[in-house]
Amino acid sequence: METPLWVPLLQATVVFTYYLLLTALLIWAERRVVARMQSRLGPNRVGPFGILQTLVDGVKMFFKEDTTPGMVNRSIFTVAPLIGVIAGFLSIAVIPIGGEVTLFGETFTLVVADLSIGVLWVLAMGSIHVYSVFLGGWASNSPYPLLGGIRSSAQMVSYEIAQGLAVASVIIYAGSLRVSDIVAGQAGSGFADGVPGWYAIPLFPAFMVFVIGMVAEAGRPPFDLAEAEGELVGGFNTEYSGLRFGMFMLAEFMSVVTMSAIVVTLFLGGPSGPTFGAPEAFAGLIGTGWFLLKMVVFIFFFILLRGALPRYRYDRLMDLGWKVLIPVALVWTLVTAAFVILEQEQPGLGTDLRLTLASIAAVIVGWLLFSGREPRDAGDGLDRHEPAPGPVAAPTTDTADDGTTPASDDTADDRQEVAP
Amino acid sequence: MTGLDVVFVLVGLLTAAGAVLTVTSKNLVHAALALAVTLAGIAGVFLVLHADFLALVQLVVYVGAVAVLFLFGLMLTRAPIGREALDSQNRGLALAVSGGLFVVLSTLIVLAFGDVRVDAMTGPGIDVIGIAIFAVWVLPFELLSMLLLAALIGAIVLARREDGESGEEAEVTRIEVGDPPINESDGPPAEVAGDGQAELPAGSGGGGQA
Repeated sequence: METPLWVPLLQATVVFTYYLLLTALLIWAERRVVARMQSRLGPNRVGPFGILQTLVDGVKMFFKEDTTPGMVNRSIFTVAPLIGVIAGFLSIAVIPIGGEVTLFGETFTLVVADLSIGVLWVLAMGSIHVYSVFLGGWASNSPYPLLGGIRSSAQMVSYEIAQGLAVASVIIYAGSLRVSDIVAGQAGSGFADGVPGWYAIPLFPAFMVFVIGMVAEAGRPPFDLAEAEGELVGGFNTEYSGLRFGMFMLAEFMSVVTMSAIVVTLFLGGPSGPTFGAPEAFAGLIGTGWFLLKMVVFIFFFILLRGALPRYRYDRLMDLGWKVLIPVALVWTLVTAAFVILEQEQPGLGTDLRLTLASIAAVIVGWLLFSGREPRDAGDGLDRHEPAPGPVAAPTTDTADDGTTPASDDTADDRQEVAP
Repeated sequence: MTGLDVVFVLVGLLTAAGAVLTVTSKNLVHAALALAVTLAGIAGVFLVLHADFLALVQLVVYVGAVAVLFLFGLMLTRAPIGREALDSQNRGLALAVSGGLFVVLSTLIVLAFGDVRVDAMTGPGIDVIGIAIFAVWVLPFELLSMLLLAALIGAIVLARREDGESGEEAEVTRIEVGDPPINESDGPPAEVAGDGQAELPAGSGGGGQA
C-alpha cells in the first residue's frame, strides 16, 4: 500500500460532498422547474433564483421539534430513517464520478472503492433501503404508514427484480462485475465511428427497463404510490417530523441522484467522453464534467416526469413491473448471453448479421410487450370499477382479505354506514 | 491478520446474538428483524473471509428478499404482531432437532476440513463459482429451481383462491384456518367488491351496491 492516507479520505470526502450538493441542488431545481411547469414562481427569495432555499429548509428541519408519538415502537422508529440515508450514501461508494486525477504526485480515480463486485454492491444497498421504508411504516404503529410502507416496499422489491435482470445483461455484456471495467468497456466508439460505445445502444431494452425501474425504485412520480397524499396522507413517513422526516426526504431525493449516477455509469459510459485533446492532467476533470452533464440530463428527466405525469394506479404499477418489465428484461438477458456466446464461438461476426439477429430479438420483445395488452385492458374493465364504497371504508379493506366470514361482516357494516 | 481476527470475532458474536434473539424474542417482527441481522452477519463473515461475491449475494438474496418476504408475510397475514406469546409447545423437540443438526454438521465440517490449512485468504473468483454451479453441479441446481418454481406456483394458487382476475370465480376450496397472503395486484376497491359478491348475504350485498 503506497497510497498515503489522505487519498482515500479525499476520495470519500469529495464523493460525499458531490452527491450531497447535487441532492440539495436537485430539491431546489425540482421546485423551480415544477413551478414553471405549473405557471408558478417557486422559491425565489433566498440567494440568486432562490438557490439557497434547500439550505434554509434544512436548517428549519434541524431545529423543528422532533416528536415521537406515544404508540410507536421507539427503537425501530428511530433506526428506520437512518437505514435509508446510510444505504443511500453507501450505494454511491462504487460509482466513479470522474476519470483519473493527478494531485501532488498521486494519481487516483474519483471513486471511494472500486470493488471487484461493485455492481452487486449497488443492488445490495438498494435492497437494504427497502428496510428503511418498511420499518418506518411498521414502527409507526398506525394504519396509513403501515399501508404506505407495505405498498412501497412491495413496489421496491418487485422492481428490484426487473432492475437486477437489466443489470445482469450489462454484466454479461461487459464480462465483469467491476464498475471500472464496465466504464472502460464503454469507452471509445461503438460499432460505427462517431457512435459512442455506450451499453445503452446494444442493450436498449435493458436500458429502458432500468430507466423505468429506477423511477419506481426511487419512489418518484408517477410511481410514488407510497405517499399518495389523497389516499395515505403521507405514506410511511406520516408519523415522522423534524430531522427524522428530513432524513426520509433526503433519502428519497438522494435516491434520484444515486439512480441517475448508476444509470449513467452502467449504460451511458460514466465519465467517458471526448477529451478534445486535453493534456493528461485535465482529461480526468473533463470526465467529471461529462459525468455531471449526463447525470443532470437524468435528474431533469426525473423532474419533468414529476411535473408531467399523474400518479399510477397501484395494480397497474404491479402489472407493469411483473408482466412487462420482468419478461422484457429476462428475454434481453438471454439475448445478450446468446450474443456473447456467439462472439466467443465465432468471433468477427458481420455487423449486418448482428443487426438482423438483434432485430429478430427486438421483434420478440415487442411481441411480448404488445401481445399481452388486450387481456390486460379487458381485465381492467367494468368489474374493477365497481362503485367504491367510499374513502372511509378504504382502510378496512385489508381486514376483509382473509376470507373468513367475520371479517367480511365487518366490511359489510362499514359499507352500510357509508352507503347512504 | 490480528485486525481481521478481531473483526471476525465481533461479526461472529453479532451473528450469534442475532440468532439467539431470533428464537427467544416474543415479538414476531422483532424475531424477523433479528433474523435479518443474523443473515447480514453471515454476509459479514463471508466478507471477512474474502468471499465478497458470496457476501453480497447473501445480502441481496437473504437480507434483501427472504427476510423482507418474512416481514411481508407477518404483516399481510395479520399474524399476531404484538406482544402475545406464541408458543407451539414444541420446545423439547426443537431443541433436540437443532442440537442434533448442530452436532452432525459440526462433526461433518471438522471431519472434512479439519486439517486443511488455507494460507492466502482469497475467495474463489466469480468465474470459478459460475462454472461450478452451472456446469459441474447443474443438476442439483436445476432441481432446486424446479422446487422453488413449484413453491412459487403453490403460493400464487393459494393467494388467488379468492377471486379470479377477470371476474369469473374459480372453483376453489375455502380454507377456513390460517391466514393467506393477499393478492397484491388487486386494488382495495376490487377486493371489497369481490368479497361482497362472493360472501355477503343478499341483504347486505344490496347495501353495498348503493
